[in-house]
Amino acid sequence: MIKVLFFGRVRESLDCAEQAVPFTSGLDLDALQQALIEEGGPSWGDVLTEENMIRAINHEVVDGNPELAEGDEVAFFPPVTGG
Amino acid sequence: MSVSVQTDDFDVRQLQRDLLAGANAEGAVATFTGYVRAENVARDVYSMELEHYPGMTEKSIRDILEQSCKRWPVMSASVVHRVGKLMPGEQIVWVGISSAHREASFAACEFAMDYLKTRAPFWKRELGPDGATWVEARASDSARAGRW
Repeated sequence: MIKVLFFGRVRESLDCAEQAVPFTSGLDLDALQQALIEEGGPSWGDVLTEENMIRAINHEVVDGNPELAEGDEVAFFPPVTGG
Repeated sequence: MSVSVQTDDFDVRQLQRDLLAGANAEGAVATFTGYVRAENVARDVYSMELEHYPGMTEKSIRDILEQSCKRWPVMSASVVHRVGKLMPGEQIVWVGISSAHREASFAACEFAMDYLKTRAPFWKRELGPDGATWVEARASDSARAGRW
């Protein structure tokens, strides 16, 4: 399984903090995002494709579309505002 | 190196003593303390909620402090960041950097704060007269971090 986490405004908009998506061989980040949108519906599509959306795999922000591995933790969140 | 993400308030004098514990080669400590303001973008702020990504938050701050140690001759570095509900006037964040001389301490402290504001996964939501609003990231913060 892939553990998927949502934070901040993204978590609130989706009304969801955590999801699990089954891992299949060759699954990449874009395909995972598409699976979430197909499961969640058009409103999930609007939120997850927002400009400036940050995606992280195993606590590292990633660019592009890396392949995932069984047990990975993926997170979607808006630009950070701490400090 | 020390990183703490916590709901409790912190004592800056104790943190500075801990930063220097047992050492006597340091000639300079630079610290930064951030506070909740009662007004932001011309709106009153009644309270603030700080959310974070447990695990990634600590890792990203540790990465930032490690980078500061590579760029400057830092002797010790410490960050405390609060999460949860905070009221105007309360302390949010503390950064302390010790070094032999002031130049490295000042620079590393500013670098750590600029990177923390643009890379560490915290999100602020303010409660004001119009209800709760997520704080938007500022281009000026990205520009400051981009200087390094």
